[in-house]
Amino acid sequence: MKISRFLKTIFLLEFVSGLLIATREMFRPKKTINYPYEKGSLSPRFRGEHALRRYPSGEERCIACKLCEAVCPAQAITIESTERDDGSRKTTRYDIDMLKCIYCGLCQESCPVEAIVQGPNFEFSTETREELYYNKEKLMDNGDRWEDVLAKNIRLDKPYR
Amino acid sequence: MEYLNIIIIELYKITFVLIPVLVSVALVVWLDRRIWGAVQKRKGPNVVGPFGLLQTVADALKYIFKEIIIPASSNKVIFVLAPVVTMTLALVAWAVIPFDNELVLANINVGILYLFAVSSLGVYGIIMGGWASNSKYPFLGAIRSAAQMVSYEVSIGIIIINVLLCVGSLNLIDIVNAQKNLWFVVPLFPMFVVFFISALAETNRPPFDLPEAEAELVSGYQTEYSGMMYAMFWLGEYANILLMCAMGAILFLGGWLPPFDIFPFNSLPGPLWMILKILFLFFLFGLIKAIVPRYRYDQLMRLGWKILLPFSLFYVVLTASYLFYFDKLPIRTF
Repeated sequence: MKISRFLKTIFLLEFVSGLLIATREMFRPKKTINYPYEKGSLSPRFRGEHALRRYPSGEERCIACKLCEAVCPAQAITIESTERDDGSRKTTRYDIDMLKCIYCGLCQESCPVEAIVQGPNFEFSTETREELYYNKEKLMDNGDRWEDVLAKNIRLDKPYR
Repeated sequence: MEYLNIIIIELYKITFVLIPVLVSVALVVWLDRRIWGAVQKRKGPNVVGPFGLLQTVADALKYIFKEIIIPASSNKVIFVLAPVVTMTLALVAWAVIPFDNELVLANINVGILYLFAVSSLGVYGIIMGGWASNSKYPFLGAIRSAAQMVSYEVSIGIIIINVLLCVGSLNLIDIVNAQKNLWFVVPLFPMFVVFFISALAETNRPPFDLPEAEAELVSGYQTEYSGMMYAMFWLGEYANILLMCAMGAILFLGGWLPPFDIFPFNSLPGPLWMILKILFLFFLFGLIKAIVPRYRYDQLMRLGWKILLPFSLFYVVLTASYLFYFDKLPIRTF
């Protein structure tokens, strides 16, 4: 036992095997990706930037029930509503303070009409704080832009909700 | 007029040594980061320029535009001088490194002593930087570094004696030409290993990077430095590493000589062989940085004084006895 250990030390055997392992690992496939050019896959349940969706007819889904405003633990959502000429209740104001938001996804879960959702976009950094106070216009715009992905994600996640 | 001519010719030659050295230092920093990344299965810098080759240039530009902060309580002259000293000493040594029988800036006949002296002076830059900062971490880092470099220089000196016994000359070109038949790495293999370990310690590379151990000393003697002054320490460090690799290539791996003097090998030009050998040694430096954990300070000192030094001394006796007994000493003065 002692002699084998002595030989191991003298001939730096563990060191040499370490070098060999390192050399072998160098040629294995890399675990990292070229981020801005390649992106990792995201779960359909991913909670990223918010969006307000529309019905296929173009009518906005949100009915101003204010459940999301009530459930929001960070109190990041502010809603004001009014009755429209056709008798339906719609929002006049729908603001999300993205700086307060903790991306918990409770707004999406509480929504009875799947109007407010969190999409797969996580690259919405800005240069000023003001740009992160989202209003209804911005949220509707997000919904229009990401509608294909949002609809697909909701469909994929439906069986598990 | 004649003096001016000489000065111009010398400046011309110096430029042609310094520019390739500085460029290769920049490339070697990139190579180091790529090797480190590859062992950890990362990609490493690969965005700036082809394969990320210009990463170091980008970093250097960033450092140039950063503010240089000089601590109020520091000794300003020495504080500014320290990185200059480190960098200058690292570059000055390249004057005697031969890349071929002819391709050398200064073919002095005590070349190896000059190399040894200049690399020993390197510790002054670090001590000056650490002490002049007038702050705790840099000071502790500088003390550690001084002790470490002095300890390992002793064993490097004795290893060099081993080689000199076999050559009988202090001239670097003679040392390489003495390896025509057999590279010294074969008969002196244990000394090559000890030299390599000492070179790691001498250049403050992991696993002996105690002077700048992040977890304990923030970054050692460099803590108070910023901007271009930090970059100069950094370039000086890598120039020193390359120098140690070149020393290893000359002393043990036969410099510019091909491994076998037969067709496919000796068709490559000599300087290319030299560069390949330096790169091979640097590759080992990079791999070791990636795989070995940092030594504790007492372990470092124990390894230097109690193992490497007696072992290399013993090997000197062995080499000398062998050469004397078989009457193979290159020079006989008695």
